[in-house]
Amino acid sequence: MEIEVGTVDGAVEVRGLVVDRGGRRALHGIDCVVPAGTVTGLLGPSGGGKSTLLRSVVGVQRITAGTVTVLGLPAGAAPLRSRVGYQTQEVSVYGDLSARANARYFAALQGVPASQADAALHEVGLAGDADLLVGRMSGGQQARVSLACALVGRPEVLVLDEPTVGLDPVLRRDLWALFADLARAGGTLLISSHVMDEAGRCERLILLREGRIVADDTPAAIRDRTGRHDLEEAFLRIVEGAGLAPDPRADIEEVPR
Amino acid sequence: MTPRATLATADRVLGQLRHDHRTVALLLLVPCLLLVLFRYVYDGSPQVFDRVGPLMLGLFPFVTMFLVTSIAMVRERTSGTLERLLTTPMRKLDLLAGYALAFGAVALAQAGLASAVALGALGLDVAAGPAVVVALAVVNALLGMAIGLFLSAFATTEFQAVQFMPAAVLPQVLLCGLLTPRENMVDVLRWASDVLPLTYAVDALNEARASATVTGALALDTAVVLGCCVAALALGAATLRRRTP
Repeated sequence: MEIEVGTVDGAVEVRGLVVDRGGRRALHGIDCVVPAGTVTGLLGPSGGGKSTLLRSVVGVQRITAGTVTVLGLPAGAAPLRSRVGYQTQEVSVYGDLSARANARYFAALQGVPASQADAALHEVGLAGDADLLVGRMSGGQQARVSLACALVGRPEVLVLDEPTVGLDPVLRRDLWALFADLARAGGTLLISSHVMDEAGRCERLILLREGRIVADDTPAAIRDRTGRHDLEEAFLRIVEGAGLAPDPRADIEEVPR
Repeated sequence: MTPRATLATADRVLGQLRHDHRTVALLLLVPCLLLVLFRYVYDGSPQVFDRVGPLMLGLFPFVTMFLVTSIAMVRERTSGTLERLLTTPMRKLDLLAGYALAFGAVALAQAGLASAVALGALGLDVAAGPAVVVALAVVNALLGMAIGLFLSAFATTEFQAVQFMPAAVLPQVLLCGLLTPRENMVDVLRWASDVLPLTYAVDALNEARASATVTGALALDTAVVLGCCVAALALGAATLRRRTP
């Protein structure tokens, strides 16, 4: 496993990441690699550490131990700030501005022309509603404004925390098609979700549960290992440890530090 | 500092205000109405309005910008926009300068209008003239902004941020010499007033009221207030952490 991981060309490399949040351990020494030019899904139940891992990748999480490397630099390093786009889980845009004003503000901060802000709004399907105040939009529209602000400037790495939550199936399909396009153009996307039917759209999956990685593989390999076509069932099998050798990483975790 | 990010931030903050007509109306009209009220409450003893009126012109921008900035920063923190801004190439100084520029412009409008009402309609006499009064009002606005920005780091909710106003502002108002001359205070209180920035802001306005020329004392007081702005902004910048627990 280590050898295989080591050979992957990783846009994001996480080694021995330990994070403590609010007096409890949120991540228990995580190792994973997000290959460049892929859509990697970060899945698992709420409270499992997904957002903490994503915050560590964009460099806003104070970490206890371990390293996070993005495009060969320490996560959060100044040169990365124009190369990594981040969408937080909550809608972190200004509700008292229009969608266009929000996107143009983030374009200005990234140093790219306003036309790229309009293009990003078009990509998330909001071109027609760009002049509406974000505070008056539906939850799904607000989430897309937030996504557009992350897309502005075409970052090489996109870190998206539950970007499709609350969206209808048509929009979700369109956004996943957009994510695939971005990866084909060379972008690296790390996307969290707790909706298992989105897992099949990713090239790689990382399943995080209670601060530990319980699976890190392609959807096909996870299906093979578990003998389940449905990924939700496959994950349940992994989590319950039924009919499956324990994940080698899980063993390492049990060794006292 | 990157001018584009600073200007974009100032434009964004003003854009947010533009959509909030009621706040704009309150910011601009409340000081004028309070001055009118003050003038006629002391109708029987006009010397009170003549003495305290100029100080009020400096106090309004201090208080309103303190409140507006601390609430705005608490919102940036709790909505996640601050975390997001700090993942962009924007520097912390760009954010602070952007806010200072936007709220400085609001203070200019507020002080301009309040001064027009006080010096024009209400016949308030300030020896140094309206330009000096408006300039001092903008300096006071920056002071309120800088202190509000720093203290907002200790507020986790908007309720708490509002409560910091009486805690941080009222003692300064009591001690700054507005209500009673500082020479009459007991030593301990006078020493306290010596280290509070609003004391120097009020001293500067007193100078402006009494002297037609820009005196050395006025310049010194203004320099002290500006120094306090820089110190509070530096402390505020230290509270803008990229990495949080």
